[in-house]
Amino acid sequence: MSEAAAARSLMLSVEDVTVSFDGFRALNALTLHVEIGELRCIIGPNGAGKTTMMDVITGKTRPDRGSAWFGSSTDLLQLTEPEIAQAGIGRKFQKPTVFENQSVIANLELAMSGAKTVWKWLRARTTPQQLERIDAVLATIGLSDLRAQRAGALSHGQKQWLEIGMLLIQDPRLLLVDEPVAGMTPQEIERTAELLVSLAGKHTLIVVEHDMEFVRSIANKVTVLHEGSVLAEGDMSAIQADVKVKQVYLGE
Amino acid sequence: MADQLLAGPLASLRADRGGRYFLCLLLATAVAVPLLNSLPGADSALHLSSFTMNLIGKYMTYAMLAIAVDLIWGYCGILSLGHGAFFALGGYAMGMYLMRQIGTRGVYGDPVLPDFMIFLNWTELPWFWHGFQSFPYALLMIVLVPAALALAFGFLAFRSRVSGVYFSIITQALTYALMLAFFRNDMGFGGNNGFTDFKDILGFNLQAPGTRIALFLATALGLAASYLLCRFVVSSRAGRVIEAIRDAESRARFLGYRVESYKLWVFVLSAIIAGLAGALYVPQVGIINPSEFSPTNSIEIVIWVAIGGRGTLYGAVVGAFLVNFAKTYFTGALPSFWLYALGSLFIGVTLFLPYGVVGAVSRSGFTRLRGSLS
Repeated sequence: MSEAAAARSLMLSVEDVTVSFDGFRALNALTLHVEIGELRCIIGPNGAGKTTMMDVITGKTRPDRGSAWFGSSTDLLQLTEPEIAQAGIGRKFQKPTVFENQSVIANLELAMSGAKTVWKWLRARTTPQQLERIDAVLATIGLSDLRAQRAGALSHGQKQWLEIGMLLIQDPRLLLVDEPVAGMTPQEIERTAELLVSLAGKHTLIVVEHDMEFVRSIANKVTVLHEGSVLAEGDMSAIQADVKVKQVYLGE
Repeated sequence: MADQLLAGPLASLRADRGGRYFLCLLLATAVAVPLLNSLPGADSALHLSSFTMNLIGKYMTYAMLAIAVDLIWGYCGILSLGHGAFFALGGYAMGMYLMRQIGTRGVYGDPVLPDFMIFLNWTELPWFWHGFQSFPYALLMIVLVPAALALAFGFLAFRSRVSGVYFSIITQALTYALMLAFFRNDMGFGGNNGFTDFKDILGFNLQAPGTRIALFLATALGLAASYLLCRFVVSSRAGRVIEAIRDAESRARFLGYRVESYKLWVFVLSAIIAGLAGALYVPQVGIINPSEFSPTNSIEIVIWVAIGGRGTLYGAVVGAFLVNFAKTYFTGALPSFWLYALGSLFIGVTLFLPYGVVGAVSRSGFTRLRGSLS
């Protein structure tokens, strides 16, 4: 990676990444730098390459060219999906998938990091330290009172928070969050905004979202993607004043 | 060590009301049935015939088999339509021991070769029959043979991510292929006649009342042990992973669980329990032949579990008893009607009792409780 990037204590640096599917360039020489502890929002019209970018970072898609570094020493393009997850990048998908037939607390226990072989888990008991950790995460995601509840009985918003909790319990350094507030009520959106803002600093977050109101409420830095590369980057008011952004994104 | 081994299963019983009822009932049966069989005179109204005791013993081995299928299907979501094969293999291993025990009392009186081999003009014992004169060796094979088959088959299937209906179909093919193989005389397992005319087990006459009671008690013990073992597994943290795999396999993989090894482990455990059930079945019914491998047998086991209620373990036991009791009754009273009855029972349960008989009972219990509270 470039020396300038290292100097700025970057959590993620994606440089000059191109991905094509059958001649269609989903990402076109995309360059993105995210600093440690930042809460970055990515916006852009459909097909701008937001999901493909997440896929490259998590190892699901291999780029045709370019580089992707996690921290200053981990080359993401050399690692497999589970290795990337192990290295400390957690991804929350758009559709919440929790284990519906199990309790909230069991979902968190299942997500805990550590050796996960059959023999160890057959006799495993949750240690007091682990229980403390679970309690802390439950408090963060606001589900402390619902710990014994079956996950399937949670509301849509609560399932999204539980899934964020399942990522948090693995203590990832970088969290990728894909459209967290789609389908949420205004109150749930507000709670989610508080949650994500409270996580920034301790963790680095990249949030992909369509809801502009929501983006304005959480982001200090926004990146606009268009046709596979960065169209604009800056704080929300600068983005909204940007003429190019107005043209392609807001359709003006 | 022993109390440590027991501590896990017993602790898991605390939250398992249905299981406690079941084990109490099983204990009562294990005490009452042999007493009623041996104490009152044969003409007393309280007398329970050896035939009935044998029948209950047979149902108990079916219940063990049903628990094995519930573990893999109800908890891990893998629909095996070939569990009859593991049951039959355990049964054949026990049968080989019982055949070697006959010795010179066979029709041809050969001290080593079983009758069917003399009949086929064989002069030497095939290599895989060696060792079966010893009970510990036979016991080892009862466990190892089904386990090895499940390990090899499961390894290939799960590693290639064969799942759902495709897995079910290849398990049917597996048991069908074994049936065809065991039908052949030159396989060395008695061809279509299988093994029968057993004389004794561990030196005790199989027809003696005491031996029959001992076999009955051993089966009750086997059923209780299988239940406790499976209950321990499903209520451990590994059990939660197994259920997680059933409900959202790719999510579990994404969390870092090696889904294949969990599935393989459960499949092998389930096969071992099925094999032990088969080994307890054979001395009580006195015969084992290739029809035990028939694909319909394996399908029937799944029907027991579905009717009883899957994912509860005791539901599998209820289903096995219910369906087999009905089978015994109908095949006696209205033989031509049985398959129709089984079919309608299965369709009826699928339509009206999606959680099986025990699910319907506990659900109506809940509603009543809620009604009385509000």
